[in-house]
Amino acid sequence: MKIKLNVWRQSGPKDSGGLKSYDIEVTEHMSFLEMFDVLNEQLLKNPSKHPEGPVAFDHDCREGICGMCSMVIDGVPHGPNKATTTCQLHMRSYKDGDEITVEPFRAKAFPVLRDLVVDRNSFDRIQQAGGYISVRTGAAPDANAIAIGKADADDAFDYAACIGCGACVAACPNASAMLFVGAKVSHLAKVPQGQVERNERVLRMVDTMDGEGFGGCTNHGECEASCPKAISLDAIAMLNSELARAAISSAK
Amino acid sequence: MKLDSKVPSGPIEKRWEKHKFDMKLVNPANKRKFKILVVGSGLAGGSAAATLAELGYDVHCFCVQDSPRRAHSIAAQGGINAAKNYQNDGDSVYRLFYDTVKGGDFRSRESNVYRLAQVSVNIIDQCVAQGVPFAREYGGLLANRSFGGAQVSRTFYARGQTGQQLLLGAYSGLNRMIDEGKVKMHTRTEMLDIVLVDGHARGIITRDLVTGDIKRWAADAVVLASGGYGNVFYLSTNAKNSNVTAAFRAYKRGAGFANPCFTQIHPTCIPVSGGFQSKLTLMSESLRNDGRVWVPRDKARATDPPRTIPEEERYYYLEERYPSFGNLVPRDVASRAAKKVCDDGYGVAMHEVDGQRNAVYLDFSAAIERDGRDAIADRYGNLFEMYERITGESPYETPMRIYPAVHYTMGGLWVDYNLMSNLPGLHVLGEANFSDHGANRLGASALMQGLADGYFVIPYTIGNYLATEHAGPVTESHPAFEAAESEVRTKTQKLLALSGTTPVDQFHRELGKIMWDYCGMARTAEGLNKALELIPALRERFWKEATVPGNADELNPWLEYAGRVADFMEYAEMMVRDALERDESCGGHFREEHQSEEGEAVRRDDEYAHASVWEYQGEGEKPKLHKEPMKFEYVKLTTRSYK
Ligand SMILES: Cc1cc2nc3c(=O)[nH]c(=O)nc-3n(C[C@H](O)[C@H](O)[C@H](O)COP(=O)(O)OP(=O)(O)OC[C@H]3O[C@@H](n4cnc5c(N)ncnc54)[C@H](O)[C@@H]3O)c2cc1C
Ligand code: SF4
Ligand code: FES
Repeated sequence: MKIKLNVWRQSGPKDSGGLKSYDIEVTEHMSFLEMFDVLNEQLLKNPSKHPEGPVAFDHDCREGICGMCSMVIDGVPHGPNKATTTCQLHMRSYKDGDEITVEPFRAKAFPVLRDLVVDRNSFDRIQQAGGYISVRTGAAPDANAIAIGKADADDAFDYAACIGCGACVAACPNASAMLFVGAKVSHLAKVPQGQVERNERVLRMVDTMDGEGFGGCTNHGECEASCPKAISLDAIAMLNSELARAAISSAK
Repeated sequence: MKLDSKVPSGPIEKRWEKHKFDMKLVNPANKRKFKILVVGSGLAGGSAAATLAELGYDVHCFCVQDSPRRAHSIAAQGGINAAKNYQNDGDSVYRLFYDTVKGGDFRSRESNVYRLAQVSVNIIDQCVAQGVPFAREYGGLLANRSFGGAQVSRTFYARGQTGQQLLLGAYSGLNRMIDEGKVKMHTRTEMLDIVLVDGHARGIITRDLVTGDIKRWAADAVVLASGGYGNVFYLSTNAKNSNVTAAFRAYKRGAGFANPCFTQIHPTCIPVSGGFQSKLTLMSESLRNDGRVWVPRDKARATDPPRTIPEEERYYYLEERYPSFGNLVPRDVASRAAKKVCDDGYGVAMHEVDGQRNAVYLDFSAAIERDGRDAIADRYGNLFEMYERITGESPYETPMRIYPAVHYTMGGLWVDYNLMSNLPGLHVLGEANFSDHGANRLGASALMQGLADGYFVIPYTIGNYLATEHAGPVTESHPAFEAAESEVRTKTQKLLALSGTTPVDQFHRELGKIMWDYCGMARTAEGLNKALELIPALRERFWKEATVPGNADELNPWLEYAGRVADFMEYAEMMVRDALERDESCGGHFREEHQSEEGEAVRRDDEYAHASVWEYQGEGEKPKLHKEPMKFEYVKLTTRSYK
């Protein structure tokens, strides 16, 4: 089938960038990223017609788990399918003659490096500000010493499933990172091992999040809708209640 | 090349304890004066970097992705083994050791494997303490499953995302040390060479993948944890950025490369659907616990809807050929059996590729009938969804179609008991080394090995190197750094000068096809010799016809990729050579010349009970073969049988 692709082209961080159109022939069995492989092959083979060169995009696992792919497809991070990353999207979701516009994840805290590639190191810096349990290697008690109820363990897992892709930020009109931060804070708040540092953790992570230039949450819910791992808005509710809890206890 | 395994003496169960006592320690106050470079942030590198920093070393960690959390370990699905015996079903350190040596078809080093089984129990404790949300039973204790043909339930798991959860655990440990200023993390930074001073590994050269800056790093020791080389086949279940570059460049500086031909083909992957295919997706092995593998008995019915084929016309070939293990035979056996039925014309793939329908059914209807749809959904829901997203078919309604794919590489840089290569100071961990899995890796044992190496082995053994062999400070202005940097620059320029018309991807695909056809699931001397002609010819075309766009001083994914493919082109030749030299069948290495009447692998222990270690001899020269004999004092050499 024939697809018309409008792709964001930007040669580097300082370039202002713009959309460019390409016509491309694909099959329904291809993945969305395989369509970009085909496009890039066309661009590489004909440098005189395409001096802008192939399209840079981030990808690695191509199976929805590494969180590397980062495309906004027709205005929606990761495209039209629920709970699906860009790399898991297949062309059978489209039909002959469709026109698709692809742009990078956009946020002040995610500067564009080239074409569809953005810098998400701000996410790592938030995690470094206490998104962990302080346990030294070798100092752990037997793994079955503390039982954890299946319900809590399952909840913790649901939050821990976040792949750190940043779609929630790209989807949010305020470029808020509350879903991402809420997911980590909730995961660790749900396990007994995470209790000791619980208050300090949430205060530091939120502080770093604000310092990185992410916006506040005004309850649009776009983050949950575009999250490929279906992290629930409950994570944001929990983040707020953890913050309140920490604020009360530090006021004491 | 000297291959001294440095295995301690004494009874095997005491060796590690004894060795830990015998090793020299670094004074706590001196540790911060030692700089250690860790290349890789997967389970092996991430856990090593975090633990070495906790001990007080000055650690720098490098990865090619934009975050250490995205290392390929993230993709592991099924689980991690540990000899906890929480299920009271007869597991023990000794049994895990025994199973691993036997499963590896007697080509691994007993002492290393024993230690792996010993420290496996500590790994689970460590991960739980980090908050890793393993699956639990209703009573709140950890759940286990039997995995990959093991006859005990020793596998810990976190739904189908065990690698992700373990890596996020290691990442959190790494973050803690970054937070404390003890690890400096360098993302999107690729190691392109190691630097030797007086024969010792004393640093690396890197390229910043965003700015293109080439940089020298001098240090006191180097730890390579750069993963496996499965992408030499182009199509594999590995992430697209997985590569052999770091390990191969260490090899070119004199590190021995052991058993390159030992690659693992995983039996349950989604089949190829067309020439545009960019990678293959694994369907967790745990599916074989409940799925039954079959093809129609009548070839003519290969394309009929599977549900129209009555029970008596289904050929459950694993259950028939291996009555006691059935669908749970080890990976190499299951993979070859699938290849055989497809080669014989019984394949059921939706798409024909090269005139064959390469796929078999993995059917859950009996399990759904027995346990109910909800129970199956609870066990495999996310895998079924993943499958449906890719193929458009629902495994609840129709059997999955699966076919083997390249998945893991047992071969890697040679290391001694201390995980140090033959180059003093260069340590190698995780999938990048050769140590523990012999000719075939058991399911759920790679995660175990990566974390064992990183959390519980290297933190001890590196101290011994620093306290005994390490020789004084070196700086980046040493001429060896100058020379290595200039070689890296020349190589980069050579790649950028490629101005043909063929994208690099095409050469990689062609290389992959050669490797799959001649050095894949079944190998013959004739085929391997043919590959030895085809690979150099392809390489020559690559250097004439390939095109690499862009510049050196910018984010240039095509330049990165071309460098990795160029290394694969050379590496492939060594792999084929190794496969040709190893004139026996064992584990994942199946030489058609050596099979029983029933088509099972036949080992030749009298001649090949060793690791083949290759030493680089210079551009265009045949590498030199060395052998480390494998002795079996505890597990008797027997023929593996899963009948
Ligand atoms: C789909 C899939 C499922 C799997 N499931 C299981 C399972 O259920 N159980 C199990 O035990 N095993 C499983 N495995 C195997 C297991 O995941 C891997 O063997 C293991 O995770 C490898 O870990 P590692 O730390 O050695 O390397 P990796 O995780 O591959 O990490 C390599 C690191 O090195 C870095 N790197 C590479 N080259 C360079 C360079 N030149 N410069 C700088 N950095 C570099 C990368 O950025 C990365 O950080 C699976 C594998 C696959 C493919
Ligand atoms: S919360 Fe969802 S959208 Fe946000 S980073 Fe995590 S997985 Fe991505
Ligand atoms: S490429 Fe890994 S999630 Fe898309």
